[in-house]
Amino acid sequence: MKSLHAQHHALADTSYQLTVLSEAEAAGARLPAFAHKLRESGLLPLRPTELAVMQVNVGKMCNQTCRHCHVDAGPDRTEIMTRATMQLCLNALAQTTIPVVDLTGGAPEMNPDFRWFVEQISALGRQTIVRCNLTIIVANPKYHDLPEFFAKHGVRVVSSLPHFSAARTDAQRGEGVFGRSIRALRMLNAVGYGVEGSGLLLDLVYNPSGAFLPGSQVGLEREFKQRLLREHEVVFNNLLAITNLPISRFMDYLLESGNYESYMQKLVAAYNPVAAANVMCRSTLSIGWDGQLYDCDFNQQLDLNVAQNAPQHIRSFDAAALQDRAIVINQHCYGCTAGAGSSCGGATA
Amino acid sequence: MEKSTYYNPADLAKFGNVSDWQPEMGRKFFDYYGEVFKEGALSEREKALIALAVAHAVQCPYCIDAYTADSLQKGADEAQMMEAVHVAVAIKGGAALVHSVQMMNKAKELSM
Repeated sequence: MKSLHAQHHALADTSYQLTVLSEAEAAGARLPAFAHKLRESGLLPLRPTELAVMQVNVGKMCNQTCRHCHVDAGPDRTEIMTRATMQLCLNALAQTTIPVVDLTGGAPEMNPDFRWFVEQISALGRQTIVRCNLTIIVANPKYHDLPEFFAKHGVRVVSSLPHFSAARTDAQRGEGVFGRSIRALRMLNAVGYGVEGSGLLLDLVYNPSGAFLPGSQVGLEREFKQRLLREHEVVFNNLLAITNLPISRFMDYLLESGNYESYMQKLVAAYNPVAAANVMCRSTLSIGWDGQLYDCDFNQQLDLNVAQNAPQHIRSFDAAALQDRAIVINQHCYGCTAGAGSSCGGATA
Repeated sequence: MEKSTYYNPADLAKFGNVSDWQPEMGRKFFDYYGEVFKEGALSEREKALIALAVAHAVQCPYCIDAYTADSLQKGADEAQMMEAVHVAVAIKGGAALVHSVQMMNKAKELSM
């Protein structure tokens, strides 16, 4: 499967995605603006709280082409963060006490400077999260030692596994992905990841493989733990339930399957003001592969940069100026405020 | 214009409107309904699968739509959902078949 970008698909144009988002209807009327909902909740303009996570997207290149990917990542994407831009991120990090750097992609490990970057973050005494797609570990012998590398630097590994059933996982992430993911999980377990008392955290990300919202994170975690242990002898720490946001390839799936409007209606109907108050963009700064700044990785993929009055690039990082910004919102934000809420750390309410 | 059929998928979203003409009974029913489907001695996923099986037994298209979505949402997969339906089928089929004992009894009574 090719990325939307490589297909020259209409949805590869982010302004077209924003148009589709603005046109969603229920019973012939436009859905309420997300800004309107926030105003009702007393949260408009949406302001940052304390900056707790620097999330860095180190590139769109990936060994997989998942059907729901909000980054439109894949082997045909060549956008990748340079070491010079990583250094700018480190310079900014050193000026702050931000405790966590969350590395995402694409497959972040495919960036040639990935290991150097992790070592530098570690040297600054900050926690690294790697959003590892699991299959990268077994994709090529040069990645087989990633579990040891992660362990050496105390990296918290957060990995997508949308279901304990091979069929449901492969339907979303590609043929054979489940089997390779289980192999990788066993390699991570073998060095202590997910094992009680090891101090090495291995969290799994559940996101629905279809046009529905995630159920209770607690219930899903219990089910995943039982099934993965019983059927595959795999252990992990936490399950993070994440809602699919209606953008990029997931938007394509929704439109193609005729589920777009009903999914948007579900998100709006499930709006939860408690989840809205806890959205991750309030405590996150998202950095693109080219150093541009965003409120979150979803805004990044829609080319919605941080507000104009804030620094636009990591080279001009200014924590105080960023703290004064209003967070940029749009209709896709309903995905983070539905039901129990959704963030890169799972449920929020 | 809405389709002239006895079942309209859009009516599922109007379920709550049944309280309009009898608010007190409606409130009590929905409070009870919500309580039943909460995590308890059975998990939410197990309850969704039971509801899915019952939906097939009572042949309620609204319930089949609702509890297919709910089962997926609660983490069930296709195999679990189809097994749940087969439980309903076995009980409905078995309920018919077990009456054949009565048929056999009657036939024996009437026969030489």
